[in-house]
Parts: sequence; structure tokens; C-alpha cells
Amino acid sequence: MQVVYKRPSALQDNYFKYCGGCGHAIINKLIAEIIDEKGWLGDTIMVWPIGCSVYADQYFKTDSICALHGRAPALATGIKRARPQNLVVVYQGDGDMVSEGMSEIIHAAIRGEKFSVIFVNNAIYGMTGGQMAPTTLEGQKTSTTPYGKSIAHEGAPVNMAELISNITGCIYSERVAVNSPRNIAMTKKAIRKSLELQMEGKGMSFVEILSPCPTGWGLKPLKSLDFVEDNMIPVYPLGVFKDTEVDH
Amino acid sequence: MGEKVFMQGNAALSEAAIRAGCKMFFGYPITPSSEMPEYYAEQAPGRDLVFVQAETEVAAFNMIAGAAAAGKRAMTGTAGPGFSLGQEAMSYMAAAALPAVVVNVMRPGPADGEILASQGDYFQATKGGGHGDYNVICLTPYSVQEQVDMIGEAFELAEKYLNPVVLLSDATLAKMRENVELPSEIVTKDVSFEGAVTGAKNRAHNVITTCGDGPAQWEAFNLKLQEKFQTIRENEQQWENIRTEDAEIIIVAFGSVARVALDTVKLARENGLKVGMIRPKRVWPFPEKAFKDMDDKKFFVVELNAGQMVEDVKLSVKNKENVQFYGRLGGFTPTPIELYEKIRELYLK
Repeated sequence: MQVVYKRPSALQDNYFKYCGGCGHAIINKLIAEIIDEKGWLGDTIMVWPIGCSVYADQYFKTDSICALHGRAPALATGIKRARPQNLVVVYQGDGDMVSEGMSEIIHAAIRGEKFSVIFVNNAIYGMTGGQMAPTTLEGQKTSTTPYGKSIAHEGAPVNMAELISNITGCIYSERVAVNSPRNIAMTKKAIRKSLELQMEGKGMSFVEILSPCPTGWGLKPLKSLDFVEDNMIPVYPLGVFKDTEVDH
Repeated sequence: MGEKVFMQGNAALSEAAIRAGCKMFFGYPITPSSEMPEYYAEQAPGRDLVFVQAETEVAAFNMIAGAAAAGKRAMTGTAGPGFSLGQEAMSYMAAAALPAVVVNVMRPGPADGEILASQGDYFQATKGGGHGDYNVICLTPYSVQEQVDMIGEAFELAEKYLNPVVLLSDATLAKMRENVELPSEIVTKDVSFEGAVTGAKNRAHNVITTCGDGPAQWEAFNLKLQEKFQTIRENEQQWENIRTEDAEIIIVAFGSVARVALDTVKLARENGLKVGMIRPKRVWPFPEKAFKDMDDKKFFVVELNAGQMVEDVKLSVKNKENVQFYGRLGGFTPTPIELYEKIRELYLK
């Protein structure tokens, strides 16, 4: 019998502890599939953040290190500079990267650190219980913006993929989403491209992934997919913002 | 051993670190430590070194954590304000069991403060410094030669116990130039410890995390960590006795001020006073064993702060009332005569 679908062998025999309808599980699986397809299990060092993916080391068979909140790009700088031959994948959420660790990600991009950054944007703090993130949308209700986020008071959502694309050290920046089969396929393509660029010894690549958070948003999983489409994508347009290999 | 040279403290320490196999330096410029990053930057191209000027000390400390996690000897050098910023990562490295080395060239605080010599970071360095229950081994050289000798030892201790190690220097030791004998260059292992993250090639995967998994797991983890610190307390105390056998008054001092106090011992002896000195070469673990069988002696603790190590001295002696303290603040270092006169004032009333 032909196997058409199986659990990626880069994953441990563990179930994901993410909430139902959460995008992290899909994104974790895509990374594992690419590691399988490329045969990079023994090369990979995953750098996990503080946030909902904090226990992702329990899912992967790769070497893993969990960073301090926001510091993954600095920690990964030490790792990649120590072992340039390895595939170093930095995985961060929006609270971790855009709030606590804005300095670390910007400066890693400025230095052009030669690792891949997978940025999961769900416009909210998931693990701490649904507080506002810098990526939270205007008017969005969270536990710390109970009357809706106000641009005058909290500021406008931050478009990371565009921001990072403006930094010379970044060679590739794309925004994708995991709210439909088509978009999931695009996400896999973007992550694959990022990992390939790294293994070719090229500069920093950045993949922002719009991801549903039904629990944090107080929406059913299916409604969360619509929220990504109707509310997030208009603010966070999908597409490639930088590809130095094509641009030149 | 290698050759004899006339070198500045920061530069000599950096050269000794390179020869001890520390090929990676991540740092942020801050007086009085900046000659360390400068030395690594200058030496990097010809000697296969990695030097990265970090955007902040927060990042620098996380970078050495990453390099250490990947199995390489790595270090940063900083001073008070930067050392404070690094404490989050110090706590992380202690929990994650990462063998990195940090040089803190102490200058007077609090806050921005001043830039001459100080020992005001004693509490921060010896009592953990960051959040949670942990300690770091603190080495306290008192000459450029000892800075050179101790930096290699710092890496050995870090890897022996899988714990960060701090070398507490100060502005005087960092800026002073002395004749030093440099060590010869050693070859280090490609991967410094078994659990390093290097890619799970032909082995089970390694995980480095400091995230607890429930109170029971985290208490057990903490108890194990404390066992390690207890072993270090038992095995790693180091100090030097100077004319203590017949001494009635014993100066207790470390770092650059111990150099000054050495002259005070001579001066006092020339004037018929039986003065000796205990010089801690490490302040964590504090050398409490040095104070055994000294119940009849009086102790004169001298520090470049408002009185920090004196608390550990009081905990180590039988009679607390036998302990006197003298400190200078703001960047001043007392002279040998100043200390001698203080001894006369305190003990020969």
C-alpha cells in the first residue's frame, strides 16, 4: 500500500498541546515536513521562544533550545556564529518578537545573521491569556484593551515583514497565512525557501505567518479562519516584500 | 608557559582568554572594559576568532549563552550598568547549565555612576544577581598576572560545573599595565559538553530549556541545582593567607584594594603591629574555611564599597564584634598609609 500522508519523522511521537484551531500546530508540522524532505534532521537547531510554542522542544526530534522571552535572535546569533554549518531556525510569536524582543530581531537583521526567522503573528498574547500585542488590530478587544485597541493610545499594528524587508541585512521577507489549504501550501513554500537560503549560506530570511488564535480571540476555530481573512489580511497583506535574488 | 610581555589588564586578559581557547567574544562598549572588545576585534581576522559588537548587553549575554549552548568557549566583558542588563541571561545560563564566562570590570554605581575602581557589584555577583535561586562562581584577581591566570581557570570551572563564571575585575586592574607571563595557546574540544546543541547527527536529540513542567518537576530541578552549588561551596573555596599565623589583626580584602593592603601589612609589621591578611581569590563560593581556628583574631575588612563582603566575613567568624569595616566609595582607592592609620585608630585606642 502506498503511503500518501504520514506523521513527519522529524516529529516525536507526542501530541501537540496547542488549543484546538491554533495555527502553531500546522506551522510546526510544516517545518517538520520540510526537514524530512530535505533530510536536515541532523543539521537543525530549533530556537524556540517564550509563548505558546514554549514546549515545542517536546514535539521535535531536532536539537532544540528555548530562549528567554524576546531574546531568541540574540541567542541564535551566538549559535549560528559558533556553528555556521548548522540550520538554525528562530521561531517567535508576536508578543515575544515585536514587544519584548524588538531590539534583538531588528539588530539581528541589521547584522544580517544568516539564520531563518519564522514569525507567527496572531495579533494577541496567547499564553499569558489574551492580552494586547503590538500587532493587535485597531478596535480589537483583548484582556488589556477591554474596550478595543485605540491607535491614539496604544499605537497602530506593526507590519513586521515590511519593516524587516527595509533592512539591508534581510535578503528575503514574505508574509503568508495558515487559514486555508491554499495559504498553507504557500506557507510551506515560503518556509522551504527560507531554509534553503540559509543552507546556501545566504543572509537572514524572514517569514511572517498570520495564524488563528481561537482561544485568545474568543472565536470558534472556523470563525477564526474568517477573522484572518477578513480582518488580518487587509492590515497585513500577504506577499513577498523582498527577494534579493529576484530584485537584482 | 608563553612569553613575558608588558600589557594592559583588559588586553592581557583578552589575549589569555584567546589562548585558553575562547575564540568567541560578544560585547558592548562600556568604560572601563572596552579594550576587551577592541582587542578581540583587532585580533579576529588573523586568528580565526568571532567578534560581534552586540546592540546591548542584554543581547551580548544572550549571544554568549547561545555560543556556549552550541559547545564553544565564549565570553563577554562589561561594567556595572551592562552587568545589570545581563542578569536576566545570567539567571538563564545558571538554569540552562551553560558554561560561559563574563568579565565584570567593576566601576562605582549605583546607576551610571563613575568610572574608576569599585567593588560595589559584590552583592550582585555573589548572591545570584538575577531572579531565582542560583549562584555563579566569582573569581577575584588582584593583578594583571592573576587576571591572565584566572581566565583560563574560569573556563575550566564553567565546564566542570556547567555554570556561568564571573571574573570580577575593576577599573584599576583593567587599566593598569604590568609585566605578565602569558600562557601558551591550548587546543579546545570542538564541543565543550555532551548536551550541547550541535544538530542531532548520529545521536539522540539534545534539548536545552529553562521552562518548568509543574511544581514537582521544578522543585526537583531546583534541588538538584542546589546540590551542585553545595558541591561548589565545599570544593572550590580559594584564598591566600599573608602572615596570618602570628597576626592579631587580619585585613580581609580582595581585588585591587588587596594590592594596597599588602603594603599596609608591611608598614604595620615595620611598626611592630602584628597584621596579616586573608585575600579571597574567589568570593563565591566565599572562603569561609579561611576563618576556621581564628576565633581570637580581629578582622579588618577593606572594600571599595559601602560594606558588602563584610557580611560574608561576619557569617564566617565566631565573634561578629571582632569584625571592623572600612570602605571608600565613588572610585577612590585608599592608600596603604590611610589603611594603616585606620587600623591604629580602630585597634590601638
